[in-house]
Amino acid sequence: MQKKISSIPFSGTPEQEAKLKEIISRHKDDPGAVMPVLQEAQDVYGYLPIEVQTMIAEGLNVPLEEVYGVSTFYSQFALSPKGKYNISVCLGTACYVKGSGLLLEELTKQLGIGAEECTPDGEFSLTACRCIGACGLAPVLTVNDDVYGRLVPDDIKGIIDKYKA
Amino acid sequence: MDLINVKINGMPYSVPQGSTILEAARYAGIHIPTLCFLKDLNEIGACRMCVVEVKGARSLVAACVYPVNEGMEIFTNTKKVQQSRKTTLELILSNHNRKCLSCSRSGKCELQTLCAELGVEDDGRFDGSKTESAKDESSLHLVRDNSKCVLCRRCVAACEDQYVGVIGANNRGFDTQIGCAFNKELADVSCVSCGQCIVACPTGALSERDNTADVIDAINDPEKVVIVHTAPAVRVGLGESFGMPIGTNVKGKMVAALRRLGFDKVFDTDFGADLTIMEESHEFLERVKNGGKLPMITSCSPGWIKFCEHYYPDLLDNLSTCKSPQQMTGAIIKSYYAEKEGIDPHNIVVVSVMPCVAKKFEIKRDDQNGAGEDLPDIDIAITTRELAKMIKLAQLDFVNLPDEEFDPALGITTGAAAIFGATGGVMEAALRTAADVLTGEDLKEIDYNDVRGTEGIKEAAYDVAGMTVKVAVASGLKNAAEILDKVRAGKADYHFIEIMCCPGGCVNGGGQPIQPADVRNFNDIRALRAKSLYEEDKNLPLRKSHDSPIIKKLYEEYLGEPGGHKSHKLLHTSYVARKKY
Repeated sequence: MQKKISSIPFSGTPEQEAKLKEIISRHKDDPGAVMPVLQEAQDVYGYLPIEVQTMIAEGLNVPLEEVYGVSTFYSQFALSPKGKYNISVCLGTACYVKGSGLLLEELTKQLGIGAEECTPDGEFSLTACRCIGACGLAPVLTVNDDVYGRLVPDDIKGIIDKYKA
Repeated sequence: MDLINVKINGMPYSVPQGSTILEAARYAGIHIPTLCFLKDLNEIGACRMCVVEVKGARSLVAACVYPVNEGMEIFTNTKKVQQSRKTTLELILSNHNRKCLSCSRSGKCELQTLCAELGVEDDGRFDGSKTESAKDESSLHLVRDNSKCVLCRRCVAACEDQYVGVIGANNRGFDTQIGCAFNKELADVSCVSCGQCIVACPTGALSERDNTADVIDAINDPEKVVIVHTAPAVRVGLGESFGMPIGTNVKGKMVAALRRLGFDKVFDTDFGADLTIMEESHEFLERVKNGGKLPMITSCSPGWIKFCEHYYPDLLDNLSTCKSPQQMTGAIIKSYYAEKEGIDPHNIVVVSVMPCVAKKFEIKRDDQNGAGEDLPDIDIAITTRELAKMIKLAQLDFVNLPDEEFDPALGITTGAAAIFGATGGVMEAALRTAADVLTGEDLKEIDYNDVRGTEGIKEAAYDVAGMTVKVAVASGLKNAAEILDKVRAGKADYHFIEIMCCPGGCVNGGGQPIQPADVRNFNDIRALRAKSLYEEDKNLPLRKSHDSPIIKKLYEEYLGEPGGHKSHKLLHTSYVARKKY
């Protein structure tokens, strides 16, 4: 799957930037520094937008494309931020055969975003995840720490409404 | 050289120690097909085209990167090897846009050649989904069509070797695409337009933006006077498109072909090169005399200029303000020449034929319209490859054309200009003129051998009329960066630096005929082409720019002095700092 690039404006803080600079200076002379720096940068920012990747490229003196290439190769790196509410749909085997694919489809329709994306207002993000160990409740989704099970697509609207401001 | 003994296909050979299997086989006259391998540039053993059997090895090995050792037994042509290579090709084809008949690379495509040689059937037995891709037509100089990309990474390696690195592999697996960071288009990143990626590409995924239709339209417009001029490197490249040996100088046939294509006048960019030397050597001496910014750096290569603007904007004041020979030639055609011939310059279309794709960018730069606001110095820039295409379209029997001369008005040129096409040539030409100016003599010793040759960086110090002139010559942006870092750090005391964007200079430009990797990996194309230019220089009656009768007349009748008011208006330009990201 191609990585989705977020269009949500970057809102990094000076504190985050100071942390990133510290991370870069710690790894600057390591061979193959791009990957560990990306990893730690994601811990700081939650995702890896162009602003962060540009700072990394500049700091490590490597082309931006090299940084971007690594960030799109590994599924662990995210180019979109997580929303205030992150909805995670389980696509593990049990949930999937019980129709979690349809839940994801309905969520996409309702929120106007695909998996690994965030709504422009920063409220909701959508993740397709693997088995979360609640197969007895299949199909399952979580909203942050809240778990919802035995769902059908018609339940989706009600769940979203609960979190809408 | 230490030799070791190996057996290839059962026959004993002595081959140099440290060779790869690919090289060893070549000594033995055996060909191993390759696709991703480009010597010194992309040695990644990824495509598996070059697999061979080695006795005792667990699996097939990649000949391009596997070193030979004493007693090794290699089999390059077994059924297993052939089958593996064929399957590899079939798998590549299954995700390949096979519109081969109308592909710009048809006939010169390395994938096509391999399929023909290895007997691959185009029966689509592995056909299925195809990776989705959009054409990138954003830039002025090239078009990327990833539906024809085989992911060999040769373009990526070429771009990295230029210290630009704006393209790379994004995403993974079936979604892998070569592109720019954050899926930006090429026009929106700090690409320098050198086109080294195009000449590295084995297929039709990368090609120059084709402007031949614009040229043909202009020729067919009865209102227009269409004037063409050709850069020095074109004459030692063009013949390759017609099967002639690498480096053949086809100047006479090229001129004949251009006349038969319908151009009204055929001029030589060497004229512009001579003019560049007049202006540039004058500028250099002025800077030395008046404490101007040193080192002065040459400005003929538009890829280099764009690189400087993106990556070394703090050194823009070091650049000579001289336009490139292409632009100077156009500016003089639309002013001096138009006035003399009584032609309205608005009716003139100036076409340049260049070994370069960055020239397509250069003609659209600001401050490149010396003769007037609405009079661009150059209207259309085409590459050596595009000229070959036009000649083929017109069905001219190029190899058997007579040798003809350039139109004399702007066609009598010197050896100093001819060598502009090779790295070190501009420096040598400038030194020839500067030395004569400083000494007031007609010096006979005019071969500056230290700045010749295809090495990436050359340094020399010359005693010119009691003054020591320290010079450096770099070609390829990796080498340029090395010199520039020294200048930036204040650790260099050069007076004058020549920088050419492409490794080896214009002879190896991104617009030159493409030699397949198989030829490129085993021949020094740059040296072969450059040699022909130095021969041309040696055999010309005039070898110093200031000796050219047209140049003398131009200054007498029109420009006045080098660096004078008119020169500044017509022949000099300005630069802008550009962003890196």
